[in-house]
Amino acid sequence: MSILIDEKTRVVVQGITGGEGTFHTQKMVEYGTKVVAGMTPGKGGTTHIGIPVFNTVAEARLKAGANAAAIFVPPFFAADAIMESAEAGIEVIVCITEGIPTFDMIKAKAFLRGKSSVLIGPNTPGVISPGKCKIGIMPGPIHAPGRIGIISRSGTLTYEAVDQVTKLGFGQSTAIGIGGDPIVGMKFIDLLKLFKADKGTDAVIMIGEIGGTAEEEAAAYIKKEFNKPVVGFIAGQTAPPGRRMGHAGAIISGGKGTAKEKMEALEGAGVYVAKSPADIGLKVKEALKKK
Amino acid sequence: MKIHEYQAKQILAKYGVQIPKGEVAETAEKAAEIAAKIGPRVVLKAQIHAGGRGKGGGIKLANGADEAKKLAKDMIGMRLITHQTGPEGKIVKRLLVEEALEIARELYLGIVIDRAREAVVIMASTEGGMEIEKVAAEKPELIFKEYVNPAAGFAGFQARKLAFQLGLSGETHKQAGKFITALYRAFEGTDASLAEINPLLVTKQGNVLALDAKMNFDDNALARHPEIQAMRDLDEEEPLEVEASKYNLNYIKLDGNVGCMVNGAGLAMATMDIIKYSGGMPANFLDVGGGVSEEAVTNAFKILVSDKDVKAALINIFGGIVRCDMVAGGIVKAAKEIGLKVPMVVRLKGTNMDAGKKILEESGLAFYAADTMKEAAEKVVPLARQQAKRS
Repeated sequence: MSILIDEKTRVVVQGITGGEGTFHTQKMVEYGTKVVAGMTPGKGGTTHIGIPVFNTVAEARLKAGANAAAIFVPPFFAADAIMESAEAGIEVIVCITEGIPTFDMIKAKAFLRGKSSVLIGPNTPGVISPGKCKIGIMPGPIHAPGRIGIISRSGTLTYEAVDQVTKLGFGQSTAIGIGGDPIVGMKFIDLLKLFKADKGTDAVIMIGEIGGTAEEEAAAYIKKEFNKPVVGFIAGQTAPPGRRMGHAGAIISGGKGTAKEKMEALEGAGVYVAKSPADIGLKVKEALKKK
Repeated sequence: MKIHEYQAKQILAKYGVQIPKGEVAETAEKAAEIAAKIGPRVVLKAQIHAGGRGKGGGIKLANGADEAKKLAKDMIGMRLITHQTGPEGKIVKRLLVEEALEIARELYLGIVIDRAREAVVIMASTEGGMEIEKVAAEKPELIFKEYVNPAAGFAGFQARKLAFQLGLSGETHKQAGKFITALYRAFEGTDASLAEINPLLVTKQGNVLALDAKMNFDDNALARHPEIQAMRDLDEEEPLEVEASKYNLNYIKLDGNVGCMVNGAGLAMATMDIIKYSGGMPANFLDVGGGVSEEAVTNAFKILVSDKDVKAALINIFGGIVRCDMVAGGIVKAAKEIGLKVPMVVRLKGTNMDAGKKILEESGLAFYAADTMKEAAEKVVPLARQQAKRS
């Protein structure tokens, strides 16, 4: 089993005719993802790398039956792309784009309220349910079907965790990058709730980083309601305050959002916290043994 | 991006935020000239990107043009050290010369984005002049907050409410309401990430003005604000960080001696962490991006080794879409061009890692190879230690 996406998911790629859109659509198709439509305004009616292109997402949903979207449009147009997909009734919107202004995201999230769509990202590698469907830019081959759920604010660090889990023979049910921006769609708690209900997930890895309070909020939820083992890692234990560490959201401001606070909150909630990133896989082993 | 106080005040004035009369001086003569025009009593304020200027001697009161000139002479060119500059301080190049006002009350006003609520929050406090973090820790009941509805925008009643909570009335209350609204418009209009007026001044005459002003901006939105981009002061930034930003590399200088170069921000932070965990200290954060090119690797390598504090380096690449052989090619190219000045541990993982390792081996250069992050960190830390002893 898996969450969010599976073998039945039908994807429309927004910005399919761009360089990034083209390259990653090919990779997704190679992985086995059902990419049923592309969307680029003004190019409707054409075909691109063998995929029909539509002018609007609404058309892609109606004519090609798309129920998920992958967004590869430039930053200043990405919030608009999110809103278009939500308006069209797309169920899962995955926004890969990095560098969207925060104000744009505040508006897009306000637009999403009351709609049935869920948003993953922006500034994310995407979502993968190994062996079933991949929406995003993560390397397919390091993943393996399995029973560990992964939720992460990072990209390549997630690959590191995935790799460790795969090497230990566990595999993943679904791995999600929630994005490195200050304002993102689904957060740790939203996804933990889905993993809680998923019979195909035995344990969850949560990879956080400095900045914001999403990890602390997740810790409070885990303590109260989550019933499966959780392994946690927080990147940025050595990060200086007041500096943006690559990700727009990774910043310790006003003394808040430190790795120490987050690790303590997670430990307090019974999470198996890996201090070193090399130990994430081992912690999963430990957590499953005690289960 | 950060800007100077005088630049923030220029922006705010355009949005109708009341600021004291003042001008910028780069020479003592100019400071005297401004003092003669707006004085006699003026305040000289050193313009650097750091707080705590008053305690460090960066803010001085002058009575008349002659005194302004004399004080400005000492201040321009001085090395100003505050708790935010680090021990090396900052050289003062400009002064903001402002009229000295008669202070009745010092209040606080700040606007930031509340990530948990996904909304802009306006914070006001009666405790002006103090750091807001300190007020939040000690007297949280003295901070008043209003959240902005993204659809409706900041409403007039919210501004009035905050002004009442600050204990203002009559004409002063009216001025404060207008002030708060104008500050919000400036924040939204410039895609700011912070707008802070501390202190917000109420004069003995009952007028409301921004005594100090600090603005930071959302880097992701700068491309739509060329006028703000033009305010960037490269002298305030670390030279290597400026160099790195030319190539779209995320580089931050730190205090340790183990350099690192990583693809992806999260993995870069985790690499710094594991260096510390293995007994070393990272010399920098360097993220070449999740989808790095050979050219970016070459440039990053050069920036990494041009930091004299780096005694050994760890290159940690997790190839996904990025191929390890391409990364290895970039590393070898740069190393052949400028030489391997310090021991270097390279860990290549993921797509085409074997081809990448082969390129490193066949280069004839003495790289240290590692398979895991842990092994890489445990190799590089003692190497840095040995190299530090040697030099």
